[in-house]
Amino acid sequence: MRYCRVVGPMWAAVKHPAFAGKPLFVVQPLDETGADVGTSFVAIDTVQAGVGDKVLVLTEGTGTRQILKQGDIVPIRSTIVGVVDHVEA
Amino acid sequence: MYLGIVKGTVVAERKYAGLEGTKLLMVQPVDEHGMAVGDLQAAVDRVQAGPGDLVYLVGSREAALACDPWFVPVDAAIVGIVDGIDVPNPATREGKP
Repeated sequence: MRYCRVVGPMWAAVKHPAFAGKPLFVVQPLDETGADVGTSFVAIDTVQAGVGDKVLVLTEGTGTRQILKQGDIVPIRSTIVGVVDHVEA
Repeated sequence: MYLGIVKGTVVAERKYAGLEGTKLLMVQPVDEHGMAVGDLQAAVDRVQAGPGDLVYLVGSREAALACDPWFVPVDAAIVGIVDGIDVPNPATREGKP
């Protein structure tokens, strides 16, 4: 999982049916001190994360399919699975 | 998943079985401000996107799962057209109002 900051929500009217009703967020990976590292990406949310929250993002498809329980043919990889209170570095 | 801007269309007559009739687009991956990150890539289009559209893509094996049939050799698929991102200076659709 990646340690990330929620940058902001994203809207898309036209999308693959598997994304219907799922909140989309842009997230920015962070290092252990909370500084930005690498490139932002898109993730769906399962834990009601908010803008600015530090979160854990699963970036793997099989785990995402297990969480979503929508069957085996789901084209979703990145899922926010936790809100981080703090990291002790 | 990641953001990208559609740059053009790929015309390929001869493709692997299962990919007949699929639309391929050239996409430049971008960050949330529309700044290019990484290299241009070809992606299967599943949402009727067009040049200039800001889209989001899914990579690796999940790209094939966006296709029908899904057992196809694909590693990037466009799965949504982005209407907006709530960040201070969001990416924009090039060439479109």
